[in-house]
Amino acid sequence: MSRTAICDTAAEAVAGITDGATVLVGGFGLAGMPTTLIDALIDQGASDLTIVSNNAGNGDTGLAALLAAGRVRKVICSFPRQSDSYVFDGLYRAGKIVLEVVPQGNLAERMRAAGAGIGAFFCPTGVGTPLAEGKELRTIDGRDYVLEYPIRGDVALIGAHVGDRAGNLIYRKTARNFGPVMATAAGVTVAEVSQVVDVGEIDPETVVTPGIYVDRILEVNR
Amino acid sequence: MTTTGTRAHLTEHLDRGPLDNDELAAIIARDIPAGSYVNLGIGQPTLVADHLEPEAGVVLHTENGMLGMGAAAAGADIDEDLINAGKIPVTETPGASYFHHADSFAMMRGGHLDVCVLGAFQVSGHGDLANWHTGAPDAIPAVGGAMDLAIGAKNVYVMMNLFTKDGTAKLVPTCTYPLTGMRCVRRVYTHHALFDIDPDTETVSVRETFGISMAEIQSRLPVELS
Repeated sequence: MSRTAICDTAAEAVAGITDGATVLVGGFGLAGMPTTLIDALIDQGASDLTIVSNNAGNGDTGLAALLAAGRVRKVICSFPRQSDSYVFDGLYRAGKIVLEVVPQGNLAERMRAAGAGIGAFFCPTGVGTPLAEGKELRTIDGRDYVLEYPIRGDVALIGAHVGDRAGNLIYRKTARNFGPVMATAAGVTVAEVSQVVDVGEIDPETVVTPGIYVDRILEVNR
Repeated sequence: MTTTGTRAHLTEHLDRGPLDNDELAAIIARDIPAGSYVNLGIGQPTLVADHLEPEAGVVLHTENGMLGMGAAAAGADIDEDLINAGKIPVTETPGASYFHHADSFAMMRGGHLDVCVLGAFQVSGHGDLANWHTGAPDAIPAVGGAMDLAIGAKNVYVMMNLFTKDGTAKLVPTCTYPLTGMRCVRRVYTHHALFDIDPDTETVSVRETFGISMAEIQSRLPVELS
């Protein structure tokens, strides 16, 4: 029997997330956003969270609702400011939330490093900019690089298209975005999918995230 | 009147006004070699896509994980799982592919993209780019993929207005806004003139002017032009 659990409820899917946890949240815009799992995390009650996601919430739902509930201590993201990011904006201006802005490619690569057992890496992005201040620099073959450290999550909440009972996932179009990388970088990875199928129904050649990375799957109406 | 003046490489188009956004986008599209892999930044640069000839075979990259991005989607073609970096619904072209974010930025950082066209607040005479943050104390910083794009593509083109609304030059000796990338911009396309930057020699040369003479451009820019 597979180690991956197929959850009956969203509450079961987010059970055990502790206060102070670092939670990787997939999605870029609404594409790939695990909205059901985020709503379940709001109900679940964990607080003092660090959220790692590309954005910092839109409108009043999803991540914005989690922020509005006062449950997030810190956001690590590339692009918090959007036309409808007023919940984050208000908390930030009031000094009620910590922000770490990370270039989008570094955000992805730092999680990739965590999932791949890399201790740190030298990256050319951001050299000479405010986002490299205080970081170690190294010149390699005449080019300057900044030392960047991994970002590891206690939990990853991601959206995917189809999952099988062995935890293998496939995605749909640009909804793939951060999902495959986050799945590798967390202690517990939870995927909400549009459809759960039996093992053997996903062509092994098309699996994007192998089941070894996926601990829990929840089927939702996406 | 169009003259070439004393500079062999310079053409002054004085019988017309400055370019409009579409004319500028068309010139950039013309300068992109056939078969190039190209990323178009959010804002004015997205207009370039409208002027790429299909037979040129230019493949558009969007950093949220796609090569072969097509035009904006409308009506029944809108699919919430298929968006561009500006989160606008788009379409896919034949031969398109999808990949995750780490792969998408590895492809960019690894020098596999031929051209990236970005907007800018300021560009310096040695190719520094400032396009992510005004530095205002109350501004919430947000960088997205700008820094990765600035240092990743083989050729970084900037498409911008040459002057702010109050007439301040945006091509400057040293950027006063926080930097996005150092010595990364090779060409600056503006409505008034097209510039080439050589970061090694720190020279800025003018290829063409539109509705303004070379002499007037030089008088309005705090950067030495060649």
